Amino acid sequence: MAATTAGTTPLFDTKTRSAANRRRPLWNVVAVLFALVWVFPIYWMVNSALMPEDRLRSSPPLLAPIHPTLRAFDQVVHSQQFWTAMGFSLSVTLLSVAVCVVAALFGAVALSRFSFIGRRGVLIAVLVVQMVPAEALFISQYRMLDGWGLLNSVPGLSLLYMGMIVPFTLWMLKGFVDGVPAELEEAAMVDGCSRFTAFTRVTLPLLGPGLVATGVFGFLVAWNEYTLAFIVLASGDRMTLPVWLKTFSSNLQETDWAGVMAGSTLIAVPVLVVFILVQNAMTKGMVAGAVKG
Amino acid sequence: MVSDQLTTAPAGTARPRRGPTARTGPRRRRSSLAVPYLLLVLPVGLVCLAMGYPLVRQFVMSFQEFGLAQQFGQPPEWVGLQNYTDVLSDPYFWVVTARSIAFCAACAAITMGIGIGFALLLQKLSTGPRVALQVALVLAWAMPPVSALTSYIWLTEPRYGVVNWFLTSIGLEGFAGFSWLADNQWTFFGVAATTVIWTSVPLVTLMTYAALTQLDTEVLEASELDGAGGFARLRHVTLPMIRPVVLLVAMLEIIWDLKVFTQINVLQGVAGNNDATNLLGTYVYQTGIGGGEYGTASALATVMLLIVLLMTWRYMRTLMKQGDI
Repeated sequence: MAATTAGTTPLFDTKTRSAANRRRPLWNVVAVLFALVWVFPIYWMVNSALMPEDRLRSSPPLLAPIHPTLRAFDQVVHSQQFWTAMGFSLSVTLLSVAVCVVAALFGAVALSRFSFIGRRGVLIAVLVVQMVPAEALFISQYRMLDGWGLLNSVPGLSLLYMGMIVPFTLWMLKGFVDGVPAELEEAAMVDGCSRFTAFTRVTLPLLGPGLVATGVFGFLVAWNEYTLAFIVLASGDRMTLPVWLKTFSSNLQETDWAGVMAGSTLIAVPVLVVFILVQNAMTKGMVAGAVKG
Repeated sequence: MVSDQLTTAPAGTARPRRGPTARTGPRRRRSSLAVPYLLLVLPVGLVCLAMGYPLVRQFVMSFQEFGLAQQFGQPPEWVGLQNYTDVLSDPYFWVVTARSIAFCAACAAITMGIGIGFALLLQKLSTGPRVALQVALVLAWAMPPVSALTSYIWLTEPRYGVVNWFLTSIGLEGFAGFSWLADNQWTFFGVAATTVIWTSVPLVTLMTYAALTQLDTEVLEASELDGAGGFARLRHVTLPMIRPVVLLVAMLEIIWDLKVFTQINVLQGVAGNNDATNLLGTYVYQTGIGGGEYGTASALATVMLLIVLLMTWRYMRTLMKQGDI
């Protein structure tokens, strides 16, 4: 086989394709089955949220809502607690993301465009810091915020989120900055730009997708985060959406399942939409970061 | 990436991915010496404030005693290594640690297996099924953990859950009304592991797949010409080439699965009996915030941190040795 195909690449190419094609239908079926299995918990969440109350507790369970109703969503949307939690979640998330994107951009530029004493150390630190489990720190983080009077507050929780988000986003963004050749900036500097204007006019626009991906990543972490929110927001009325959802669903016997599922769906949908839009850029940034270091 | 390679190797000989220092370093002027440090003030400052300072404080606290007197404003007492001896001589601590490591190892191994399997599978698919699987994975990845958990709790609900309905309808009558979370420690961890794996497989798959698509197909074709079969190619060519990404993801999985808190905490809210289902994260919480024993909890957390570092040390070294850093 090698002898006949060695010199003629096109022939070789078609051969491998046909070999791969033979089992492709089988793999396709397997993949679709896995996709269905993976998506089922999400489908079931939406399905249950749409089901009329009397059908929800029927056996056998209805695999699709026959008379879908928005009653459960209506209930959630009219609950004051939901909107309070939504406001709190939004404030914490937006504050964390705004600060993190700026911080990550500064850090990424420093590490990507400059050589300086301690650069390697900072790079290693960026990696190592991500290994510190937040779960091993929350006792003293709780006491620190307590001491500063920042428990149950937006800045307090946001500060902890920034500590979590900055190292990863910095690293991700560094991959994007590395991808823009420094020579472009240097060319602009030869043409009379200062270093700063060269960066803002040449590199920054090219970093657009990277900045969006970074911001979205930060948004996801802060929006979805549960542990620290649960610990730091100890008073009853201040909570983020994940904490609200947990208190909403904590008692299994009396749980309004349609309501809980509607709440879960409402929290998840914006995240799912945004995520699908940017996941490609995000994965690329992460892989670039991983490969380039 | 292409333009990167074109512009960084003017002589055509240098390794294109040598890193930014090699190409930009010598050209810097003196005036810019302070700039990188100024740029780093904000990110480094934030991390130091949010994580560095608590880390130091926690280490200090692990040598202190917090009792009733401290709740009324007395400064904490220094007790030396007392907290550590308390923690390490408590058999329950070892139970929880062993449980955590076992849970972490099982979850990480299964996640990596399924994740890499999916990535290899994605390569063999037609467009439609490939997009379907990718979308399903991305949805699972992005799901807020608490939403996903709520869905899993509902799926395994004893009387109306789909899982019990399915099992009883295929003849396993024993599952009628069976409570996965409360009745049995093993099924509790089964559900917890499922949610953890369900969420983390997508990251492994999509990163591995992204790395696979960046592979040089010529190398694979060359090895095929040399007579390497599918499995040999996978083992000797493909996997070594995507090794950096796989190692990185494996390391992240181990860290995440060892410190898992959200899943256990939320599921415990349904199950009751926390002592039978505590892992290190929830144990630290129960001791510290729940029980107010900050000293003991800090010692526990320090031990937990050491375990994480020990487990990831080898991976860290491998990553650093690649010379990319």
